Amino acid sequence: MQVISCIKQVPDTTQVQIDPVTNTLIRDNIPFIINPYDGHALEESLRLKDRYRFKAVALSMGPPNAEATLRKALCQGVDEAILLSDRAFGGADTLATSNVLATAIRRLHKQEEVAIVFCGKQTIDGDTAQVGPGVAVRLGFTQLTLVDRIEELDITRHRIRVRRKLEGRYEIVEAHLPVMITVVRELNRPRYPTVPMRMAAAGSKVQVWDNSVLGLDPGSIGLKGSPTWVSRIFSPQREKGKILGNGLEEPRGAAKQLIEKLVAKDIIGTRY
Amino acid sequence: MTEPKKPLKKPRGKAQLLEGKCIACGARCQSACPVNCIEMNEAGEPVIDQGKCIGCVKCVKVCPAQAIDMYFTPEERAILDQLLAEGGAAAGEEEDPEAKALAAKLSAYRGVWVFIEQTEGEPAKVSWELLGKGRELADTLAVPLSAVVLGENVENLCQEAFAYGADRAYLMDAPVFRHYRTESYLKALCHLIDKYKPEIILMGATGLGRDLAGAVATVVATGLTADCTGLSIDDKRNLMQTRPAFGGNIMATIMCDKYRPQMATVRPHVMPMAEKQPGRGGEIIRESCPIREEDILVKVLEIISDRKKDHIDVAGAEFIVSGGRGMMGKENFAMLQELADELGGVVGASRSAVDAGWMPQERQVGQTGKTVRPKIYIACGISGAIQHLVGMQDSDVVIAINRDKEAPIFEVATYGIVGDLFQIVPAITKRIRELKAGRK
Repeated sequence: MQVISCIKQVPDTTQVQIDPVTNTLIRDNIPFIINPYDGHALEESLRLKDRYRFKAVALSMGPPNAEATLRKALCQGVDEAILLSDRAFGGADTLATSNVLATAIRRLHKQEEVAIVFCGKQTIDGDTAQVGPGVAVRLGFTQLTLVDRIEELDITRHRIRVRRKLEGRYEIVEAHLPVMITVVRELNRPRYPTVPMRMAAAGSKVQVWDNSVLGLDPGSIGLKGSPTWVSRIFSPQREKGKILGNGLEEPRGAAKQLIEKLVAKDIIGTRY
Repeated sequence: MTEPKKPLKKPRGKAQLLEGKCIACGARCQSACPVNCIEMNEAGEPVIDQGKCIGCVKCVKVCPAQAIDMYFTPEERAILDQLLAEGGAAAGEEEDPEAKALAAKLSAYRGVWVFIEQTEGEPAKVSWELLGKGRELADTLAVPLSAVVLGENVENLCQEAFAYGADRAYLMDAPVFRHYRTESYLKALCHLIDKYKPEIILMGATGLGRDLAGAVATVVATGLTADCTGLSIDDKRNLMQTRPAFGGNIMATIMCDKYRPQMATVRPHVMPMAEKQPGRGGEIIRESCPIREEDILVKVLEIISDRKKDHIDVAGAEFIVSGGRGMMGKENFAMLQELADELGGVVGASRSAVDAGWMPQERQVGQTGKTVRPKIYIACGISGAIQHLVGMQDSDVVIAINRDKEAPIFEVATYGIVGDLFQIVPAITKRIRELKAGRK
C-alpha cells in the first residue's frame, strides 16, 4: 500500500512587496518554500510509512524549478518524488490542477494500491482549499477535510477514524479507505532533514512526468481546461485617514482628541 | 461586371509585451498561444516571436496585468490605410458560430442561489450575509433569488431565508442530511443544479462551505472562486469575482464566463448582513431525496463543541483592540485587555504576535486568521502588512497607534496616533473611564 502527499512550491507570500510607484509586485529575491500546510501533509505520510511500512510518494505539479521542493521531500524520507511538469499544465486553475494530480495518482494506484492521499488544507498563495476536494471527487475517494488528528487506522478492515477541526467544534468521523485527507497545522510537527537523512537521499532522483506520460486531453488541462481566469489585477485602493495630535510628545492630548472624535461621531459614549 | 479580385484581408496586428507591466503570473500567455510563438525567459516574462504571431489576441485577453497589447507593423498599417481608402466595407466582422452556441448554452442557466449552511439546525450567519449580496445580484440580473436548504427538520430555515431576501427555497429535508457529510450534500446539490440550472451559486467560505463547494464545482465541472470580497455583474451578465491574491498582496478579478453555474465562496463578515424583514414570504420547492443512508460510507460519530465557557469570538466582536509586534511581549497585552474591557470588546492579534506565542491562534486577525468587521478596530503596534489589512479593512472605524509614522496601517486608519502605545493606550483607557464617571 502507498500513501501520497500532494505538495506545492509557493512564493513566501509574507515577503512579497508592492512597488509603490508602479503598483506591481516586486518579485526579485522572493524565496520559494513548500506550502506550510503541505509540509504537515508530507510529514503525516512519513509517519504512516514509519509505522505501517507504507510506501510514501510526494507529488507536485509546477514549473521545472519546483524540483527543489521535491528534493527536500526526498531528504525528509519519501520513497519517490514526482514532478508533474509540462507547459501544457501552465495557467491552470483548481479544476485543471486537480485533473492532473488525480490522473497521476490513478497511474500510481495501478502499480500499487493507494490508501490515503494527503493534501494541505489550502495554499498560502492561492488560499482556495479547492484542489484537495477536487482530487477526491475525481478519484472517487472519500473526502475528509481539516483533519487535526488520526484517531485510528485499521488496515485490515480498511477503516479510518479522524478528528476534523471546524469552527467552534470538532467532529469525529469514520470512513472507508481509500480517503483524501486535508490537514491542518495541529496534526503534527514536520521533521527536519538531518545530515544522515540527506545522505541517504543523495542517490534518489526526482522523476518528471509530462503530459506524454499522463496523456490528458489538452482541453482539460492548463489554461484551456480552466473555467476561471484572471481578468484584472490591481492594488487595493485605500483612503488615507487623519493623524491626530502629537502623540510622541503629548500622548494624553492625542488620546483626548481621539475620544472627542469618537464621541462626536456617536461611535462611543452614548451607551454609558 | 464581376471583378474576380481577392479582397484584402484586414490585418490583425501583432502582440507585444509592455515594459515593466508583466507580473510573471505563471505563463498564462504562453499556454494561451495557439501557435507557440511565446517562450518564457528566466524572469518568467514572455518573449514573443512576432514573425509567428497570428494576431489572435488570446494572450492579450488572458493576461491579468494588461502587460500585452496589439500593434500594427508598418506593412499592416499600409494595408489598413488602403482598406480605409477603399471604403473599409471589407472589414466587417463575421458572426462567430462558436460564440453563438456558447451564448445558447449559458442562457439555459438562470437565477441566483445561496446555500444555507446549518449545523444541527443552527444556521450559519454567513448565509444571511450572502442573501443580502445575492439579492443585489439577482435584482441586477432581473432573476429570482433562491435559498438551498438541506438538513433534517429545517423547514423553518426557509422562512428565515425569505425574511432575509430569498424569493424561493429549494428544500431537501431528510434524516440522511442530519449531519453534514460531503457525499450526501454533494449528491443533493448536484441533483438540484442539474434540474434547475442556476447561473450563480454563493456559499460561505467556512470549513463546511469550502468542503462542499470544491467537490460540487468538480462534479459539475465549472469554475469556483474562493474568498471573494467583491461580487458584481458585468455588461454581459457575467459575475465579476474580486478576491485577494498572492497572499493578499494584490486584488484579482476572476471571471468564469464560459461555464455555468458561476460559483463563489465568501468568508463570514465580509458582506454586510441583510436587513431582516419578518413575515416576508416566498415559495418552498420540496425535492424528494434520491440518496439512501446505506450508500453513504462516512459516519459522523461525535460532534464535540469547542465553545469554551470563556470562548472569545474575535470575528463576531463589535470592538477589537489588537496588538502586534510593537507590543514587545506577552505581558503587555493586559493593557489592551483593559481598554477592550472598557469598550466591551475583545483583544485580537496580528500574525507576528501569534507566531511569537503572545496570543493564541484563534485571536489572529488577517488573511490566515479571522476576517473581522467591528465598529471600532484599534491596531496597537501593528505595522499593517497587507495580510493583516485584508482581514480588518472593512471595520467601521480603524484606529492605528504606532511609533512609525510611515507604517502602512495608517493608510487604512480612520484616525491615527503616531507615538508610544505604552503611553497612549493607557491614556485612552483613562479618558474613557473619566467619561463614564462623569456621566454617572
